[in-house]
Amino acid sequence: MNGVHDMGGMDGFGKVEAEPNEPMFHTRWESRVLAMVRAMGAAGAFNIDTSRFFRESLPPHVYLSSSYYKKWLLGLEDNLIAKGFVSKAEVAKGHASEPAKPLKRGKFTAGDVERVMVRGKFGRDAQAPAKFKAGDRVRAKNIHPATHTRLPRYVRGHVGVVERDHGVHVYPDSAANEAGENPQWLYTVVFDGAELWGPDSDPTLKISIDAFEPYLEKA
Amino acid sequence: MELRVRALETVLSEKGYFDPAALDAIVQAYETKIGPHNGARVVAKAWSDPAFKRALLDDASEAVGTLGHVSRVGDHLVAVENTPARHNMVVCTLCSCYPWEMLGLPPVWYKAAPYRSRAVKDPRGVLKDFGVSLPKDTEIRVWDSTAETRFLVLPMRPEGTEGWSEDKLAELVTRDSMIGTGFPLKPGAPS
Repeated sequence: MNGVHDMGGMDGFGKVEAEPNEPMFHTRWESRVLAMVRAMGAAGAFNIDTSRFFRESLPPHVYLSSSYYKKWLLGLEDNLIAKGFVSKAEVAKGHASEPAKPLKRGKFTAGDVERVMVRGKFGRDAQAPAKFKAGDRVRAKNIHPATHTRLPRYVRGHVGVVERDHGVHVYPDSAANEAGENPQWLYTVVFDGAELWGPDSDPTLKISIDAFEPYLEKA
Repeated sequence: MELRVRALETVLSEKGYFDPAALDAIVQAYETKIGPHNGARVVAKAWSDPAFKRALLDDASEAVGTLGHVSRVGDHLVAVENTPARHNMVVCTLCSCYPWEMLGLPPVWYKAAPYRSRAVKDPRGVLKDFGVSLPKDTEIRVWDSTAETRFLVLPMRPEGTEGWSEDKLAELVTRDSMIGTGFPLKPGAPS
């Protein structure tokens, strides 16, 4: 979706301000939000792509004015309500009043913690031969799906070169819609600064994205 | 926010979706098991051991997996090497993808709009915000983490560290030097 989360190349957000000696969490609730998202994801309530899509779907003014973990909380509430794990009324009351919906992998307990401390596996077996190889010139398609995609706007329509092939991975554009993993080849594609930003671009700049095969066409 | 978060946690635990003690354990694991010290050990090893460095650049998940003392690492970790000709910098313009098993949870600036918007268009300007400047003709390569691949920058080993042990080298490796928004500390510089 063409949302405000897709920020690459936007102007006007100001300087990068690093906080000296930044703590891992600024308040206790931030850590609870992170833990709830990880626990509910690991228990099978949603996949990582769905979780991202709910955060991207927050209204633009809410997205831009909320802290990182506030976005996570709002996305989590919307996600769990949409999937029927809780009702709006329960969230408002702060107490359960309706039966629970079974989780794919059951209740999350202390024994599951080690599992969430290693990132999931996204590599899959190939369904078809790769269409591209390192060195190929490719164009990022000019597509604008209204649903979740990992093709940032700033590369669409532009030509780059395939640098690396990462094998076949779960396709977020399908997984986010609960339409299955639909595994696709994944490539690192490199673009020259001037191709993306025009003649005034920094001449020493190259930018790469990791692009799923359906995002690309031969150039 | 505190109340709203507690309300959601109460509902979800009343419904039996998780054990609240398991949430405590997740938070504790993040606070104790991960952090930039993991990445620093990998970098120091690569600086000291050419065979490990080759293995790391070839398949970082596999290479890091051979180091028993470093936290467990997921698939698709990619290490990218800084050289005098090329400086690498990592961003996630779409959200906050970050090699957290190596570096810990990302800092606020990494997840915020100024960095995400500018890193791909004006990386030298972003580096200036960090007080970092590169030679004019150094290529800057920005890696936008748009998939489940995760990037770890292998910074250049500082001069004046010949013969140093891996432990001593690891102390020079900063988090920002592994994101590409900083350099390792120089020997003798206050940390």
